[in-house]
Amino acid sequence: MINDIISMNGYGIYVWSAFTFTLISFAVLYTVIKVQLVKEKIKFDAKYSTLTSDKKQAVRAQEIYKGILANNSVSKI
Amino acid sequence: MLKNFEPNKIFSIASKATKYVLFVFIIIISIGLIEALIISPEDYIQSHSVRIMYVHVPSAWIALGTFSIIAILSFVILIFKNKSFILIAKSLAPSGLVFNIIALVTGSIWGKPTWGTWWVWDARITSMLILALFYIIYILAWRIYDDGEKVHRITSLIAILGAINVPIIKYSVDWWTTLHQPASISIFSKTSIHTSMMIPLALMTAAFALFSILIFLMKYNTELIKIKNKGLDRL
Repeated sequence: MINDIISMNGYGIYVWSAFTFTLISFAVLYTVIKVQLVKEKIKFDAKYSTLTSDKKQAVRAQEIYKGILANNSVSKI
Repeated sequence: MLKNFEPNKIFSIASKATKYVLFVFIIIISIGLIEALIISPEDYIQSHSVRIMYVHVPSAWIALGTFSIIAILSFVILIFKNKSFILIAKSLAPSGLVFNIIALVTGSIWGKPTWGTWWVWDARITSMLILALFYIIYILAWRIYDDGEKVHRITSLIAILGAINVPIIKYSVDWWTTLHQPASISIFSKTSIHTSMMIPLALMTAAFALFSILIFLMKYNTELIKIKNKGLDRL
């Protein structure tokens, strides 16, 4: 049974390599985008922490910044 | 209605939805893979090599669909100067390119046992390669020109120009004599695929669409935080 699934009448090499390529592409794309997102969040946190309290207040007043600060996992650590 | 496309609305949805989309994607792709690799029957002519269809066809559909959406959004950006769509179009491109590459590579792997060759310059395959080139040019344009009015115009023009290729890809198998088989599934006519093969195909298409949405949401948030980082510099 397992051998049949692996060999697939001699087509296994083609089928498995196509599926493997697809899943590896998914993993690479997900990792690249995730790393970019985490990097930007870290950068945002670093810049935000250097702001004066007045500027921080001004930033927090804006809806979009409020959203970033609320959802920034790095900020919560 | 356009208010739903405002950056803070999408950011809020993207931040909350990402983990749920990832969870549903993992479940659907797991079931899809079992269906595609084990449960679904082999083809009476192509034998087990037909299983490549379950990754090749959904990838091609999503690559085409994504580029069509980018082109429509680009048209709106160019004509109506809609700023909300710029980031959406930009964030859709990476997953579209990866799905296009998957379609080309898996198609090439499928070609070897079916046609006896890895590559042939027929209309369908060549037009898909041209689509990949448009994706690459589109993404490169964003990197080269950075942000500003100029990049919006250039990327929009690239997407609109590339959209001409979309119907060519779709109808290439009807307009020219190609090695690539004609479409087996059509919205307007009866499909020639048996239900036992349609189920894994539908599952894999749903999984790939979810993955595309997941990457879009993550990329959108990345781009938005990048813009807001620049905003912090200006304070």
